Amino acid sequence: MQLAQLTIDAARSAVQERKTTALALAEAHYARIQNEDEQIGAYLTLCKERALEQADRIDRMAAEGKPLPPLGGVPVGIKDVMSTRGVRTTAGSKILGHYIPPYDCTAVARMEAAGAMVLGKTNCDEFAMGSSNENSAFRPVHNPRDLSRVPGGSSGGSAAAVAADMAVVALGSDTGGSIRQPASFCGVVGLMPTYGRVSRYGLIAFASSLDHIGPLAKTVKDAAIVLRSIAGRDPMDATSADLPVPDYVAEIEKPVRGLRLGVAKEYFGEGLDGEVRHAVESAIDKLRSLGCEIVPVSLPHTPYAIPAYYLIATAEASSNLARYDGVRYGYRAAGVKTLSEMYRRSRDEGFGAEVKRRIMLGTYALSAGYYDAYYLKAQKVRTLLTRDFEGAFRKVDAIVTPTSPTAAFRLGEKSNDPLAMYLADIYTVTADLAGIPGISIPCGETKQKLPIGLQILGKHFDEATILRVANAYEQAA
Amino acid sequence: MKVTEKDVAYVADLANLELSAPERAGMVRDLNSILDYIERLNELDTSNVEPMAQVSDRYGVDESKQGSERFAYASREDVVEGLRKSLSQDVALANAPDADGTFFRVPKVIER
Repeated sequence: MQLAQLTIDAARSAVQERKTTALALAEAHYARIQNEDEQIGAYLTLCKERALEQADRIDRMAAEGKPLPPLGGVPVGIKDVMSTRGVRTTAGSKILGHYIPPYDCTAVARMEAAGAMVLGKTNCDEFAMGSSNENSAFRPVHNPRDLSRVPGGSSGGSAAAVAADMAVVALGSDTGGSIRQPASFCGVVGLMPTYGRVSRYGLIAFASSLDHIGPLAKTVKDAAIVLRSIAGRDPMDATSADLPVPDYVAEIEKPVRGLRLGVAKEYFGEGLDGEVRHAVESAIDKLRSLGCEIVPVSLPHTPYAIPAYYLIATAEASSNLARYDGVRYGYRAAGVKTLSEMYRRSRDEGFGAEVKRRIMLGTYALSAGYYDAYYLKAQKVRTLLTRDFEGAFRKVDAIVTPTSPTAAFRLGEKSNDPLAMYLADIYTVTADLAGIPGISIPCGETKQKLPIGLQILGKHFDEATILRVANAYEQAA
Repeated sequence: MKVTEKDVAYVADLANLELSAPERAGMVRDLNSILDYIERLNELDTSNVEPMAQVSDRYGVDESKQGSERFAYASREDVVEGLRKSLSQDVALANAPDADGTFFRVPKVIER
């Protein structure tokens, strides 16, 4: 048995049936990390003591013959934007380089309550701002499929950890595509749930009306198992929805015959790489052959999503990141004489270039005289984008698109051109703005063996249908 | 050019950033390039469109209810330590760059 290549159910039942132990699973993954991660860079901090305590708990349950919880003995990675009590949490930033949270993020606590062993904290773009993981203040992540290429971002460490068998599953966060785009680049499954489906309590905020937590996994079923474990109302997050959580694992087994899948020409236009287009069109043919009806839909405001997104996300970020002032926690510049100088120098020295750029753009968009022209305008366009989806979903059950216009690009290729980097999110930001769920699943490779992602978008709170379509495709592919 | 060096200095001041001279020059270039792209939003007539600050007042709520009634489930008792215990003083100060055991310490606020 290859201990570092198991799915959730395989790992859990192997521990339950005493074919292996949670301890052995944790150790096998730490050995992978020891051997592989120097060249990949997926992890920023390991928390072995915490993982092994959990392993011990799970192994004792198994020894006593008690049924293990759904993630019992499953080694997981957690993106370093989620707070972990007593374990350094940096958000990929120098400004939080030594920050030790005094409490756990709800999603992490729910993973552990479901039996998961948290191996460590995964690398990411600073404050989740980026599409290549090159904005990490600590080190870039290399794509396990081709080390000269980026893993995508901002959850690049989580995607790379799963792709390189350094975790069975990982949690990521998605504000403009940060789960789905790296999943696509690394050849794994990435699920962004509906806004409000998963509590963000303990998630270090980037843009509060757009931030989501979700899983990166090796299979669609694993993503469904994790979602079932972390979803649902949390009194600590007022934006978490008060809705029942379906049994996603049962839902994915339902037949897809007769489902109506929308295809929007706006996602197949200029800028889409030919090999990606071909792979996604083949995937759509496959779904048709499985009995889905393919229906043309129109999402006419798609070309306006990136500009609207970069105004709304940066405006919210400029407000959220105002808290980093060097007073209560985080980096403080040395040798400052006044309070005002302390704020400025701490932020100047603590934040990286892209974070400062976004704070500046967001502050500008909110400043007197520009609010109506930029921020308010973007909010109105957000309404139009959301109406596009409402119209389409009156005709179809889900929408299929490419996840990203290209496969993984090279390190350094876009790092000097912010706008070119922003356009890597062109097919993913729409779902964040509308608050709908989306999943990216592997759908083939380029000639250079780089993974390609198929994105499936669903109605609000209807993760079940997109997981079901994704599972049907995965089983047939 | 929409954004000048003077604008960058003003916005940096609002954002509590100082920025070095090369950073300011880079910011003028980058913000103009991004705002040029953002300009395309003006192709859309939004005069009769309501702005949307967030999605959770539309989806996943009881639409038969109005306004704050939709979020009645999110209300909580106004009691001390209602949802969780407050942090103790030593835990709250543990991450501070400078503290004296009781307070956060910062440089002088008022010169005299």
